[in-house]
Amino acid sequence: MTNAIEINGLRKEYKGFTLEDVTFDVPQGYIMGLIGPNGAGKTTIIKLIMNLIRRDAGEVRVFGLDSRHHEPEIKSRIGFVYDVPRFPEDLRLRTIASALSAFYARWDDRRFRALLDEFQLSPRQVFKKLSHGMKMKFSLALALAHDADLILMDEPTAGLDPVFRFELLTKLRALIQDERKSVLFSSHITSDLERVADFVTFIHQGRIIFSAAKDEILESWGVVRAATDGLQPGDVPGARGFRRTEHTLEVLTADLDAARRSALPGAVFDKASLEDIMFFISKGNAHA
Amino acid sequence: MKIIISNSSPDPIYEQVTRQVKGQIISGELREGDPLPSIRKLAQDLQISVITTKRAYEELQKEGFVDAVEGKGSFVAMQNKELLREKKMKLVEEKMSEAVDEARLLGITLPELREMLTLLFKERD
Repeated sequence: MTNAIEINGLRKEYKGFTLEDVTFDVPQGYIMGLIGPNGAGKTTIIKLIMNLIRRDAGEVRVFGLDSRHHEPEIKSRIGFVYDVPRFPEDLRLRTIASALSAFYARWDDRRFRALLDEFQLSPRQVFKKLSHGMKMKFSLALALAHDADLILMDEPTAGLDPVFRFELLTKLRALIQDERKSVLFSSHITSDLERVADFVTFIHQGRIIFSAAKDEILESWGVVRAATDGLQPGDVPGARGFRRTEHTLEVLTADLDAARRSALPGAVFDKASLEDIMFFISKGNAHA
Repeated sequence: MKIIISNSSPDPIYEQVTRQVKGQIISGELREGDPLPSIRKLAQDLQISVITTKRAYEELQKEGFVDAVEGKGSFVAMQNKELLREKKMKLVEEKMSEAVDEARLLGITLPELREMLTLLFKERD
């Protein structure tokens, strides 16, 4: 499998926060979701891929090229959608687009107009008059109009209504039809990723918890619930986190099958959603 | 090919896909040589992961329901023995459940029914 992005041993140190030993690949032709609570390091990773900040150690390769040494070439093939799109406030959309189109060899103006139409935007509109959702649509139209090989999005669905979120996810699915284009998007809205993502990378406190095919995760992880007096978190095979309430103990396991086989007294077993996993690892008591 | 995915089903999504495709092959809705949509097209239509769809197709292939032709796509396979056997098993099951329904109406117990079945089975030996 060819990779659109390869990240190896990436490290970035801030005061009070360190991104450490981050290693994962984004396979070409697939959608990868980057999930984690706020402050986990998602945006830092995306900024490092875009070479917007300096890394302290490690390697980032995009399309097989080093992200520092081939920056212009790489960026001309990336469609970057920020969580809060920023463009000159007083300019019309067509003016912004024609200024940006100069940087992209494969810019397609007809496609751009068609996308604006589809998103119900007019090229004559002034950027600052757009709502947040409309700004996201404009940003996405720009990325799609220059035929980017990699769409990189930082929290694209945050603050969007469900209708447009659905529209966006549908667009992403359509985009990877040709097996050549890839998508990496970060989100803390796990339900968006649950259906559409092919792979999921989960980051917490600057470290990767897992990076795997989404199906694999959803099939092997689970939540075990039992009465507090009958069970200890350590009794559950593959325990990765737990939460105790007055009457119940809930344990997140990375190996639901093994937990089922271990005959825990009075326990019930459920599959874990991405939201469960995020909750137990970040808010529950981590148990490694 | 008609496939409907339930989000609340306890069955994994790939299994929902394989079961429905198999059902349509057994019922004859899908016939030998019929093309299946491409993996990516089906994933897009169902709004599910490409990997999920790929896995479903691989299962169907492994069980002999579908043939993959390099560069051309997937097609409903020639019906093999196992498939026919499964089809016929289903028929037997249907007839038996009819018998069970009739028996229940008449108040025939399970041991009684079992005895009838044993006698019938031995008669043919």
